[in-house]
Amino acid sequence: MAVTVSIPTILRTHTGGEKSVEASGKTVLEVIDDIEARHGGLKARLVKDEKLHRFVNVYVNDEDVRFSGGLDAEVKDGDTVTILPAVAGGAR
Amino acid sequence: MFTVLRIRRDLVDAIVAHARRDHPDEACGVIAGPDDGSDRPERFIPMVNAARSPTFYEFDSGDLLKLYREMAANDETPVVIYHSHTATEAYPSRTDIKLAQEPFAHYVLVSTRDADEHEFRSYRIVDGVVTEEPVEVVESYMFANTGSDDVPDA
Ligand SMILES: [Zn+2]
Repeated sequence: MAVTVSIPTILRTHTGGEKSVEASGKTVLEVIDDIEARHGGLKARLVKDEKLHRFVNVYVNDEDVRFSGGLDAEVKDGDTVTILPAVAGGAR
Repeated sequence: MFTVLRIRRDLVDAIVAHARRDHPDEACGVIAGPDDGSDRPERFIPMVNAARSPTFYEFDSGDLLKLYREMAANDETPVVIYHSHTATEAYPSRTDIKLAQEPFAHYVLVSTRDADEHEFRSYRIVDGVVTEEPVEVVESYMFANTGSDDVPDA
């Protein structure tokens, strides 16, 4: 089950500068764990209390996984997983 | 690292106009530029504030994906990420600092708390550290760094 994972600029320190990496897994969590096994440190930036961090967006193809099962969202062979930090802020 | 935001006047005007238009809610957007280290903001992309709030902004997650795919296809990077403060000064809040996740972007803040005068300021935000930088407004990028003054006016 090979998927391509697109890594945002701020997390490329965890992938040796690579913009995208290949990974395997049947769910978003398995994919993250697979990358974590080779590139330590990434998981802590994405997952907090066994949930996806509120200000990190993860997409399977065009779908924001927040609306399709979160870390349990299904991933199929050939899918693209895109990680994007939210662009957000506030006045306080 | 000393940095400066060098930006065309029409882009400054577009950011301020967007901030005025969405006041009293916060306005937000990006100015993309070539991903070649030139640090040149070129393409103005106003974004919808999905939070529609006077104290918070967030790009819609679907719009965010589209934006980053488009930039990747064009070999662009978010040179400027801007948003407005509508009742406070143009300085990054604790939330702005905590959530800033583009270490190479110029974070531009515009304050529209005054109806006549706006504040327009730029910062780097890296690992929770804010560094204000000067803003140099230019009419065009054409004669950048030529150091020559014998070029005829365009
Ligand atoms: Zn703010």
